[in-house]
Amino acid sequence: MMNFWARLFYNWRRVWKALKLYGIIAGPGIIVMVADNDAGGITTYAATGAKFGYSLLWFLVLLGPIAFFIQEMTVRLGAVTKRGHAESIFHGFGPFWGWFSLVDLILIDWLTLVTEFIGMTAALSIFHVPPAITVLFVILIMGTMIVRGNYWTWEKIALFFCAVNLVYIPCAFIVRPSISAILSNGLIPHLPAGGFTNGFFFFLMANIGTTIAPWMVFFQQSAVVDKGIQEKDILWARIDTFLGSMFTVIVAAFCVIVTGTLLRGVDIRDAAEAAVQLMGINKYLGTLLAIGLFDAGLLGAICISLASSWAFGEVFGWAHSLNSRIREAQWFYAFYFFALISAGAVVLIPGAPLVLITLFVQVIAVTLLPASLVFLILMLNNEESMGKYRNNAFQNVANVAIALAIIALSTMYAISTLFPNWLR
Amino acid sequence: MGELFVGIVARRIGRFAGATAAQISAINKKYATPHIKTTPAVRAALLFLRLYLLALVGLLVYKFVTLVR
Repeated sequence: MMNFWARLFYNWRRVWKALKLYGIIAGPGIIVMVADNDAGGITTYAATGAKFGYSLLWFLVLLGPIAFFIQEMTVRLGAVTKRGHAESIFHGFGPFWGWFSLVDLILIDWLTLVTEFIGMTAALSIFHVPPAITVLFVILIMGTMIVRGNYWTWEKIALFFCAVNLVYIPCAFIVRPSISAILSNGLIPHLPAGGFTNGFFFFLMANIGTTIAPWMVFFQQSAVVDKGIQEKDILWARIDTFLGSMFTVIVAAFCVIVTGTLLRGVDIRDAAEAAVQLMGINKYLGTLLAIGLFDAGLLGAICISLASSWAFGEVFGWAHSLNSRIREAQWFYAFYFFALISAGAVVLIPGAPLVLITLFVQVIAVTLLPASLVFLILMLNNEESMGKYRNNAFQNVANVAIALAIIALSTMYAISTLFPNWLR
Repeated sequence: MGELFVGIVARRIGRFAGATAAQISAINKKYATPHIKTTPAVRAALLFLRLYLLALVGLLVYKFVTLVR
């Protein structure tokens, strides 16, 4: 009997120790994956649910492993080389590809940051908050997060906002969807009622486009380096990324369930419009959806502005750690605030072409996405720098297939945005 | 007074641009030699990227021209 209790206590201690270790290492994977469901992502999911009901849930479930396979590579690359993604490209491929990636990243990140502000101002306008107050509030929150000069503080606040992103789960329970309809209509791969139409293909491409964005690759690798994750921590960082990929799928699926249950057949242009429509049906539901949209935009803004600052700091050799105080890393923080304030200011300009910017982001993103995926796979196969952590045959087959599919679909998505009559 | 102010700003911008150019040149020198092993697969992937980007830029230019017309 004593032996049983001793063993139980020993096993409990072992599990507790493992959980504590995970608690220390957890962060970049969950943050980047949940932030992947940014304002644009939530809009895509809301529109997908309204258009196709539960029919595309099975496809969203497939996107989880896809995001995991890509982001897991950044963990290994960062932990082994101790370089951020921008610096890795300069080091591996020279100045031409380095400058191309850096300048393109800064442009895409800034434009995406504008779209996050569009989402956040739209979400809070539902509660009659003027856009200027929203922008100031966001800058204040994001300034407070980094002003302590401590990566740990920043990460824990970001994880809190990740938890808020789970608000779509209670939303789905409020709408009381039919579980049997979700299981039979949603989780078994099939085509929707109208078959494989151009509209259906457009939504497939849009959902793929929101799954992997170039900033995610740059952000997670830099975060891994800034956090000081070592080779011995790779397993835990992988688990962190895997859990993050599950969270991102869960949030996306529950968002689709909400709009698929209540707004089926309604033409939704953005998530704020969905929140307003839901407010008419159930005010708590609309409120939660609006809060979720604001949080999604905020998380996106937090990660995107840092991805740019880290990348610039790595290449220019500035101090570029969240563990540095503002006076120690002036350029790093100056860049962070410059991107944030200028993107926020654009949303406040009367008559600014915000719709054009939103469309332009999708087009510009595909100029960098293939490059960053190809560089990632090539660097993960470089035996000299990666040693035993390089890609194995299975990882190469899976990653090359995923990268080719993402490149093809996101390119078609961009082309259909540029020339709507070609593919629709 | 106005000329003095413009002069100071112009000198500062000039100094900043000069320092940035020097920094960019130092970065180019530092990373002049690519460290990735140039295998046929790497060469093919980089060629694919160049062609892909050229095609994409071509499409963007085409869209711009048709929009302007």
